[in-house]
Amino acid sequence: MATLLNYWMQLPTEIQSLILMVLEIIGVMLAVVVLVALMTYAERKVIGFIQARHGPNQIRIFGLPFLKGVAQPFADVIKLLLKEVIVPTKSDKVLFLVAPLLALVPALSTWAVVPFSPSFVLANIDAGLLFVLALTSLGVYGIILAGWAANSKYALLGAMRSAAQIVAYEIAMGFALVGVLMAAGSLNLSAIVESQSGGVSHWYWLWLFPLMVIYFISGIAETNRAPFDVAEGESEIVAGFHVEYSGATFATLFALPEYANMILVATLAALMFLGGWLSPLQGVLPSSAAFAQPSFIWLALKVALFLFCFLWFRATFPRYRYDQIMRLGWKVFIPLTIVWIGVECGLAWFHVGPWAVG
Amino acid sequence: MWLSVVPCGPVGRGLKDSTVASLRNLTKTLLLGELLSGLGLTFKYMWKPKFTVHYPEEKTPQSVRYRGLHALRRYPNGEERCIACKLCEAVCPALAITIESDVSKDGTRRTTRYDIDLFKCIYCGFCEEACPVDAIVETRIHEYHMENRGENIMTKDKLLAVGDRFQAMITADKTADAPYR
Repeated sequence: MATLLNYWMQLPTEIQSLILMVLEIIGVMLAVVVLVALMTYAERKVIGFIQARHGPNQIRIFGLPFLKGVAQPFADVIKLLLKEVIVPTKSDKVLFLVAPLLALVPALSTWAVVPFSPSFVLANIDAGLLFVLALTSLGVYGIILAGWAANSKYALLGAMRSAAQIVAYEIAMGFALVGVLMAAGSLNLSAIVESQSGGVSHWYWLWLFPLMVIYFISGIAETNRAPFDVAEGESEIVAGFHVEYSGATFATLFALPEYANMILVATLAALMFLGGWLSPLQGVLPSSAAFAQPSFIWLALKVALFLFCFLWFRATFPRYRYDQIMRLGWKVFIPLTIVWIGVECGLAWFHVGPWAVG
Repeated sequence: MWLSVVPCGPVGRGLKDSTVASLRNLTKTLLLGELLSGLGLTFKYMWKPKFTVHYPEEKTPQSVRYRGLHALRRYPNGEERCIACKLCEAVCPALAITIESDVSKDGTRRTTRYDIDLFKCIYCGFCEEACPVDAIVETRIHEYHMENRGENIMTKDKLLAVGDRFQAMITADKTADAPYR
């Protein structure tokens, strides 16, 4: 141990910081992946409870007599990784195998700019929000390529639907974020959170409530979650873009990016509309109180709230018809966001509310 | 359909009426009332007690008339009940039973082969109804499986083995059901 420490001290500071950085990145990625696994468990459990059943309740961690079912996602992962990867004969084999990675990489790399606490963010870049928007749009390439490379009509239809849907909702989502930008006056996610400090009434959910609703619904559509999951509509196109995938490619194409994106959308919603790592008791308690301090715990709680909504919506709403989804995105959400941005401009002009511009 | 901006008033009403109606409709859909009430319902259901029966640990009650795995019974003195009358073979709607018969050493008519194909069998219980000597019965055993091809054929030996092994249970079930036959 001593020699290891000695060796560490002899390294140049650049190398030291590089190694620390890589360790941090690995830590965040592992956390996201484990969270994805737990999310699948939570999903089955919550939806089960809503449907008056129990959900997974058998597999235990190392056979311990408590927390029954928690090991279910890990058992599923092991099963998927051990299964055979079937590559269809007439598929484009290179693209078929690259597509899952193309879906996975943006879903994980977006986490670089997410501020987890006042002090911990992997890359505190100024255009953080733009980075997020750019990378989440890149994720659709994985889905389109997966649908195209499989050389199956159902996969292709699923990919087309997914592409059109993501393009439509990207705009509404972008407009919703413009509202946040006008309020915060910055693209840096840490700065956006900072600008909401001062208690629950200072968070943007109050003044930007329609935008928050639209952002979250667009987020559901962006991640192809129910009730907007026509890209994998079982009743019409079997399983959509991932119909030909199996084993490890299925896990990396479908499960990991979808759930990682869900958690990301929930995190961004928490950061931009619910004050991120700021305490909801700020201003209620004296500023020296432990519960009034900004902390990662608050962010985690707010993210959990949004994630629960994802599952709740899936258990409640039937799937939208495809033309209804398009109509909602283009003809309802985009006009609504523009109207609210106009309202925001008016409020800012008359100095009503917490706007940075005006 | 939500967020509908299409006027919903019937044709022939005045312009004012349909405008008011469509505005009311628009406000209603914009406030997501229907969706929120749906969410409220599912949230309420999340806390309802679950009525799942945890199968391997818990089991639902079974009738004495349950029609599961077949068995051939014997008389208390160990003699086979089956007299190879082939009524079960004749009545079987799925043609699952195959019987061959011969005269046994003691001069009685006995089966030399009594096969039931469990894959063909539809567990209707007609064989049991048809049997004049209560030889073939369907027991309450329903948890069984096959691991190799061919194990689906219940031969005479296997059927008799089931009957011997669960003799007490079968006798109790048949006695309990006898008053209603």
